[in-house]
Amino acid sequence: MAIWIDEESKILIQGITGRQGTFHGTRMVRYNTNVVGGVTPGKGGQEVDLDGCQVPVYNNMKEAVSETGADVSAIYVPARFAAAAIHEAAEAFNENGGGLIVCITEGIPTLDMIRAVDKVNEFEKVRLIGPNCPGIISPGLDGGCKVGIMPAFIHKKGRIGIVSKSGTLTYEAVAQTMSVDEGQTTCVGIGGDPVSGTGFIDCLSAFEEDPETVAVVMIGEIGGSAEEEAAEWVSENMSKPVIGFVAGSTAPPGKRMGHAGAIISGGKGTASEKFAAFEKAGIYVARDPSEIGQVLVGALIEAGLRES
Amino acid sequence: MNIHEYQAKEMFREFGVRVQEGVHCRSVSDALAAYDSLGSEIVAVKSQIHAGGRGKGILYNPESGEEVMKGGVKIAFSREDVEEFSRNICGNLLVTKQTGQEGKIVNNMYIESGCDIDHEFYLAILVDRDRKSVLVMASTEGGMDIEEVAEKNPEAIHKIWADPSLGLRDDDCASLSDSLGLSGPSSKQMIEMLNSLYAMFIEKDCSMIEINPLVRTKDGSMVALDAKVGLDENANFRHPWRDEVRDLSEEEDVEIRANDLGLSYVKLDGNIGCLVNGAGLAMASMDVIKLYGGEPANFLDIGGGATRESITAAFQIILEDENVEGILVNIFGGIIRCDMVAMSVIEASKELGLEVPLVVRFSGTNHEEGKAILDSGEISIHTVSSLSEGARKIVDLIGGDS
Repeated sequence: MAIWIDEESKILIQGITGRQGTFHGTRMVRYNTNVVGGVTPGKGGQEVDLDGCQVPVYNNMKEAVSETGADVSAIYVPARFAAAAIHEAAEAFNENGGGLIVCITEGIPTLDMIRAVDKVNEFEKVRLIGPNCPGIISPGLDGGCKVGIMPAFIHKKGRIGIVSKSGTLTYEAVAQTMSVDEGQTTCVGIGGDPVSGTGFIDCLSAFEEDPETVAVVMIGEIGGSAEEEAAEWVSENMSKPVIGFVAGSTAPPGKRMGHAGAIISGGKGTASEKFAAFEKAGIYVARDPSEIGQVLVGALIEAGLRES
Repeated sequence: MNIHEYQAKEMFREFGVRVQEGVHCRSVSDALAAYDSLGSEIVAVKSQIHAGGRGKGILYNPESGEEVMKGGVKIAFSREDVEEFSRNICGNLLVTKQTGQEGKIVNNMYIESGCDIDHEFYLAILVDRDRKSVLVMASTEGGMDIEEVAEKNPEAIHKIWADPSLGLRDDDCASLSDSLGLSGPSSKQMIEMLNSLYAMFIEKDCSMIEINPLVRTKDGSMVALDAKVGLDENANFRHPWRDEVRDLSEEEDVEIRANDLGLSYVKLDGNIGCLVNGAGLAMASMDVIKLYGGEPANFLDIGGGATRESITAAFQIILEDENVEGILVNIFGGIIRCDMVAMSVIEASKELGLEVPLVVRFSGTNHEEGKAILDSGEISIHTVSSLSEGARKIVDLIGGDS
């Protein structure tokens, strides 16, 4: 078990004939991800070679979903078209029993995202992850299901769930679990934009319900108050141990730190507030990401899930 | 991206938001001509910089450092006042609580007709990250810092949210106006203004509109006396006009250059330069340097599309900062391959004659190949395997206290 995607998931790639779509599609297939097709308007009927696998291209999501029965879509289209791609995927999935949209694209205008998230929220069975994120991966026994741009080889099937706002810091968290010989159920990069789909609480609640996940590593960063709300949720609802880190303790106020949402404004959204909220909620805190592994081991021992 | 008050007010006029008459000026003679043309005896002489807190700021002579005048926004009661104030503002350094000690040189002024203020309000439109919608926030306590009001008198702040597809609802606008205690023509004008500002927010892809103060004049009109507008840079592609309103002198030269190269750079005050891939990891690298007793000199994310050229440029930018005494490179290879970064690091250090200690941590895609390249090169580079170890090493090498 894992959350939201597994080896059975059928994946479509929006923007499959573009450079990013083909590049990352190839790597997804190489990891044995079940890529069943792609969409590029005007290129329907063609095929794309992804690591020796011939994948059909459709003109639109409706056609692609009804032809393939796909339930997951990865969006690699440029920022100016990305919100429209989300709308299209949401409608197509809604008419075919639901699905998961993973939007990797960075740099989408905030107002576009407000409308896109609103659209997705109209449909109960459609979920959006991202944008501006590395995607989601559920490692399997032979490869697994990778929907995004993360390096697959650093992962291993296991029992830890990971959720993070940052890309490379997610990889760091994965490497930390591996360094203490723990694998992952699912790793979700929720992205660093101010307005996005799935948040920390959605992921935590899915991990709480997932029988294979025994503990969760949560990586936040400065800006907004999602970490504080997640911490409160954890203290009220989570039975499994959560290990937390927040990036940006040294970030100056009023400066955007790379991610559009990573900004301390009006004195709000600081790392120290977030760390304090984590501690108050009983989250096991790592102040240095290189210590996530050790903190995780401590938490697992305390929960009786590991001997040493 | 921010714009000046005079530009924001031009935008307000375009959308029918009531503002006083005013003229953008760049010199004392401009200011006097503006005074003559406005025909108002009392005018405001306003410094135009992107930072807030102008009214309570202090102007200094940039060469001598001597204090020239208190207050970057002055009310002039005569032509002589205008001459004196504009001379004290133009070309001088304005330090406010938002500019930091280094302040900003004032190159632009705005001369605006005075008005009879009956009451000052606060109004802002911004993106509510939690509700994922546009928020309109207003308060009866205008002229004050909104954070201060939020802390001391939160019940004075009233909020309404726009529906993402339908926009602002009429009854929400009416109740917001009511809660500010407005009635009659003032209320009608307030509701019109809310709709105009919301239309502007959407059409111009704003990230924020703040009016502090928004005033009710003695004759009951609602006038935007100040205007602060931020624009969502992700939407630049559909707003080519932004090139013309962008004031590059308000931005850090090096941050602009970095941005053009696909790098994200923010200068800090420490002495350990950082070169990292990914924004979160870049912040975490700074944090860990600090945790082990060092001080980061910068935030630098080379991004997922980094090339040899952009990595060399990144080194160059780090080394331009005279405070830098050592550099930590922290790469977790995903799309970026560590061997490519290793070659770029060697090239850059040769090309730039790198003299400060360099610690490199590679993980992820091709990290072993990358490390081998660095270890076999003739340049002395310290390779480490974890971020912790890297931070400790660089702090140690430059003689920090850890």
